[in-house]
This record gives sequence, C-alpha cells and structure tokens, in this order.
Amino acid sequence: MAGVVPKISFPSSPARISGFTSPRWPTCKFTSLSRSTLSRASLSVRRASSASTISDTFSRLKEQGKVALIPFITAGDPDLSTTSEALKILDSSGSDLIELGVPYSDPLADGPVIQAAATRALENGTNFDGVISMLREVIPQLSCPISLFTYYNPILKRGVEKFMSTIEEVGVRGLVVPDVPLEENESLRKEAIKHNIELVLLSTPTTPPERMKEIAQASEGFIYLVATVGVTGARASVNLQLQSLLQEIKEVFNLMSFCHFATPKPVAVGFGISKPEHVKQVAGWGADGVIVGSAFVKLLGEAKSSDEGLKQLETFTRSLKAALP
Amino acid sequence: MAASANSVIGNPIVGLAKSSPSSSAFLGARIHLRGERSGRSASASPSSALAVSCAMSGNVAAVEAEKNGKPGLGSRPDSFGRFGRFGGKYVPETLMYALFELEEAFRALSKDEDFQKELDGILRDYVGRESPLYFAERLTEHYRRSNGEGPHIYLKREDLNHTGAHKINNAVAQALLAKRLGKKRIIAETGAGQHGVATATVCARFGLECIVYMGAQDMERQALNVFRMRLLGAEVRGVHSGTATLKDATSEAIRDWVTNVETTHYILGSVAGPHPYPMLVREFHAVIGKETRKQALEKWGGKPDVLVACVGGGSNAMGLFHEFVDDTDVRLVGVEAAGFGLDSGKHAATLTKGEVGVLHGAMSYLLQDDDGQIIEPHSISAGLDYPGVGPEHSYLKDIGRAEYFSVTDEQALEGFFTVGSIAFKRLSRLEGIIPALETSHALAYLEELCPTLPDGAKVVLNCSGRGDKDVHTAIKHLQL
Repeated sequence: MAGVVPKISFPSSPARISGFTSPRWPTCKFTSLSRSTLSRASLSVRRASSASTISDTFSRLKEQGKVALIPFITAGDPDLSTTSEALKILDSSGSDLIELGVPYSDPLADGPVIQAAATRALENGTNFDGVISMLREVIPQLSCPISLFTYYNPILKRGVEKFMSTIEEVGVRGLVVPDVPLEENESLRKEAIKHNIELVLLSTPTTPPERMKEIAQASEGFIYLVATVGVTGARASVNLQLQSLLQEIKEVFNLMSFCHFATPKPVAVGFGISKPEHVKQVAGWGADGVIVGSAFVKLLGEAKSSDEGLKQLETFTRSLKAALP
Repeated sequence: MAASANSVIGNPIVGLAKSSPSSSAFLGARIHLRGERSGRSASASPSSALAVSCAMSGNVAAVEAEKNGKPGLGSRPDSFGRFGRFGGKYVPETLMYALFELEEAFRALSKDEDFQKELDGILRDYVGRESPLYFAERLTEHYRRSNGEGPHIYLKREDLNHTGAHKINNAVAQALLAKRLGKKRIIAETGAGQHGVATATVCARFGLECIVYMGAQDMERQALNVFRMRLLGAEVRGVHSGTATLKDATSEAIRDWVTNVETTHYILGSVAGPHPYPMLVREFHAVIGKETRKQALEKWGGKPDVLVACVGGGSNAMGLFHEFVDDTDVRLVGVEAAGFGLDSGKHAATLTKGEVGVLHGAMSYLLQDDDGQIIEPHSISAGLDYPGVGPEHSYLKDIGRAEYFSVTDEQALEGFFTVGSIAFKRLSRLEGIIPALETSHALAYLEELCPTLPDGAKVVLNCSGRGDKDVHTAIKHLQL
C-alpha cells in the first residue's frame, strides 16, 4: 500500500462496460446442464397438456414467420373462476403462450397495477393450491402452453423439487422467477430440467453484454428481454434503447451459433408494452414474441363485472394479435 | 496508513485487499479511531489474527474448517455473498450490475486514503464519535444480588451520536460512497424513522437529493421523525401497499431502485438485503465493536463477557458483535421483539419463530405463512417491526455462535421505564437516560440475563438509540 492511490473514476454509462466479467460469474457452467447432456428423469411425461413445449411453440411460429403474442394475468384477480375463463378466452383469441402470475405479498419487480392485483387476489383467499386446482381443470382445455410467473419464496416454502413436480403434473410448461438471478438459480435449473419445465431467464437494459450472453445460453424456452429499466407497468411509449438491445442480443446469437455454443433462442420482450402500436413496433425490431401484462391485468381488475372484463379481454387480445405478423 | 496498523494485522490486511476478490476489505482495521493509531494492542487474541488469514483464503478456509470438524466461520460472507447458506442476491436482474458496481466501489475505497480520512473526520467531528462506554452504576446496583454479587453493566452510547442512534454510521459512509459512484439521488427505507433521519441528515450535509420510503402506519407512530426528515429537506413517501410498515417500505424502495438504478444509490439501513449490503452495512457499523474493545481494555483491562443488543434487521447488533465474533469467550446475545407474545401470532421474533426463505434479496429467517407469503409482524417499536433479519444473524444463530431471545411489548415498555427519566412518575429509576423502544427490548432482557451471570461479569449493552421519538407512545400506554 505504498504511494498515493489514484482516485477511482467510475464510468458514466455502467451498463455497457465490457469487463463486467469477474471470475465470480459462472461462465459456461450452465452449458453442462443443457437438456441434451442431462438425462431426463421422466421421459414418459404425464402429459396433462396437449400443448407443445414453449420451445416448440416458438419454432413453429418462426417457420410460419409469426411473432408470439404472450399475455400475462394474475391468478385470482378478481377470482380464480374468472382467471380460468380468461385463460380460455386468451387461448382462443390468438395467444401463443400465456404467463400466469402467482400472487405474492411482496412483488419487488411489479408496478402498482400488478401489485394491486396480487393484493386483491390474496385478500380473496387465493393461494397456490387453489391456483394448481384451477390449472388442473383448465389446462387440458387449452391449446397454448402455460408458463408460471412467481417469486422465489413461495417456491422455497414448498421445496423446489415439490414445486416443480406439482406444476409439471398439471401441465405447466414454463417458469419465470424474477428475483432469482443467474448466480442463484442452480437448484431451480436442475429441478426444472428434471421435470420438463422450461426455466425462462430475464435480461435487462442494465445487463452488460458478457452477462447477457451467459443468460442467453442458460435460458430455456425463450429469453425474456425486459424492455425498460423499471418494474412492470404500462408506459406511454416503448423505450427506444430496446431497438439496439434487440440487435445486440441477436448478434450474441449469431456469435454463439458461429462458435457452436448453442442454437439461437427466441427473444420475447416484456414490461411496459400495452398497445397494438407498441406490439407492432417491437415485432418490427425483430422480437420473436411480445409480452403484455399490466394492460390485461388492469382491464380485468377495473371492469365493472367479470363478464365485462372477459369481453374486453377478448377484444383487446384480438387487437394485439392483429398488429402482429 | 497500513504502516500505522498494528504489526499483528497490518500486512495481512494489505494482502487481503489485493488477493481476496470480494471479501470485506475493511476487515480488521480501517475505521480510524480518534487518537488511536496503533490499531489493536498486542494483547489482541491470536484468534483474531487467525480470523483475518481465514478471510484471505476465503471459502477454502471454511471448507477446510468444516472438514476438520471445527466450527466453520471462514469467510463472512464468502465470494458469493453467503454466510453459510444465508445471504446471496435474490433481486431482479435489473439490479445485478448496480450490486456488482457497489461491491467493487467498496473494495476500491478500502485502499483509498482520501476516503478513509474523509470518513474518519466526519465520524469524529460531525457524528461525534467515539461514543462513550458508560458504566451504568445504578443499573448494576439494581441487578446486584442479595449476596452482593452481580454483573457489571456498561452501556455503549450510540444514542449520543448525531441524530440519536447508531444509524448514522452507515448513512454517512454510504453517502460518501454514493458520491464516489457519481450518484446524485439517494433513496432509503425506514421503520422507526431513525435511518430515514440519518439519511436525510447526510443528504443535507452532502447536497444529495433524498427520498425516504416509510410505511403509512409507521409514519403515524413516529411522527416526530417524519417531521425531522422533511425539515432536513427529504421527501418522505408514505407506502400504503401491503401492511404499510417497514417491509412494504423496503419493497417500494427496491422498486424505486430498479426503476432509477442508473442515477440512484439505495442506502439500505440494515444488514439485510442483497449482497453486498449485509457486509457493507456491518463494516460501516463495526466501529461500534472496535471502539468497545479499546474502551473495555482501558476501563477494566479485558474484554466484555456478554454483548447484548436488540435485533430488528440486525445492524446495531452486528456493529457491536462483529469485532468479537472470533473471540469465542465473548457471548453474543440478540433480543428480538415478541410483540404481544410468541404464541399470539403478533410479533416480530424472526429468529425464534421464523423459517428460512427469501425476502428483499437475501436468504434468511423470516416470518411467513403456509403459502410462503410474508406475514405482517407486530412490535410496539417500529424499528424492530420487520419480518426478516440480516442473513449473518441467521448464520450466527445456526452455528450457535450467537444466542437470540425475545421480549414482549410490555416487557420492553418496562425496560423503557427502567432506565427512563423521572419524568415518568410510575418508575423512579435509575440512570436518567431515555432509551429508544427498540433499545428497551435489549434492556428488558437484562431481567432474564443478569441473575444467571457470575459476579463481576462484564456486560456491554448497545444503547442503540434515544427515546425522544417514543415518548408519546409511552405516554399513551401509561394512560391506559
């Protein structure tokens, strides 16, 4: 510690620094856990669902030159039977994949609309077992796959293994856990693979390129590209940075396929997208899928009655679908 | 400054800062004590030197110790931000870079002489450190048994710091850190309001924009602090979602950070949250324990036998305990809030009644229901009313290094009055110090603890805050 230590200057644009790969990042650790190298515990899958996997859904859409429409709604708001109906309507109105949010007391990644939906759902007694029962009944009636969106603590409470086997059993195909980053998701990944659940990871505008690559490699089903620096919630316009982010992530895949790291995975964009114009814009920039959440949740939550909400849901879904190739 | 550090730990610290990628580079030294240049005296236990070298080799030491059947204290935290199985970074991806940046800045600043000097100066001239270690003569007398034997009670006077609690130690250091990071906007969460006031104070001092999130319920019961924050120029945003208390304020602060991460630094107020916060906040409060060691030596030529502190998130306790964790002959006692009683379902005794889960970015004990939802805790004291606890406390409990008990609202009020001033008629008492209700929990536990202690046992209780903010609550209960 001799001499004068020069003052450290910090770059003004942190997100796009190269060199954000400290030895602690689990580089390439995840490639060994890919589906192709790990034998699946249950190949004779209890297929509760007739829907294909998320990956297959995206492959099919790509062949057809289409972009996936992915709505998100909170289970139990206003109640589970409305949710059940909503899932059917979303399915028949053109959704390609549906994200179902499990209500939680402390949703860190969610803005006021989804927070309020979760509070309402919890207040009317919605719990995980109730959501599972509802799904057990409705999933066989759906043609598009269902993915769950839940925070980590409810998973931990049950035990990761038990949670995965439960959702597999009712036919859930995918899982998004927003408060578990790459570093912490080893046990989730292991159990997800064992139970045929595709664990979708998120990348955001503050994720540096090297890390985005790691996430892209490890994510299954698709990569959830968060459109804005923020929590969920409709915005007036789409973050323009998104266009370059999409380009970047696509470049990452070009590089990956060049180096035989992995085949390119679909990229779906979410957070803040709420109108047909947004959806069209984002699809135009190269997204393989578009996720719309708060707009749907608000619709259902603010409707004067369940029936009215469901009707509006159908109209809205069709309008979004129409804006997509 | 390394040259001035004691030879027992001087060189290893230098090595520590360079070699260990993420361990706390503040381990063992750098908060400069007033008038004290030589760091620890030669009588520092050999185990502390060992502890430092353990930290240098990081995880390896922990693994080795486990293998040899020794209690694996190892590196706290390890390079993944874990204390055993606790800790970690369970946050949305949007925050991951900011956490990395924060940790890097913290490590860099440990080697930065300017930063050290500036922080030392502020702690001394602005905060008013070092805080006294006060022999509580009448409290000691109160606990003296009929045969004349009993422990000696000392109070570490964090209540005498500027703003009236220990919270400022961390706020000041993080504000300096934020400035170095070029962040001009500061956010914080607060329960009792002490951390909010400390943050508003340092933001005024350093010219930073300040927004404090506070549960609407807490705003009501700590109105004095709300006023103080606003007077200091901070914007206090009431949080009405969830249970409208500290946990919801914390969630909202995290959401704000997720949204404004590029311009904003989040001054987390306790040793909870995602890595590196538990480590950072502990290191910034570790001055409490370091001073205590020195003062104990001066006063009675030895170490404390028992350390007692209240535990909400765990910052004042960690600040006092950290220095002594590797001195296994020093007992560490944490006191949580049992609210209406442990079986009432209305308490905040996380370590006693909680289960392991993930809250606000860290894996730790927490209060949750059968569905994994976080439940609303209860304590008469807003600062202890948190359903989680810092991961390091969870770890220290699991390995049996620290003991955790709890005290009800009523017992705490009694404790409040025990050292309260003569303004409260019902109780005479004893030292003319009005403690915060949070601190009163620790004081109340002395009733249980002292009869079990041998004659002359030295007890140091962290008097973490003053109770002016709680006077109206106390009056309300008196009238009932």
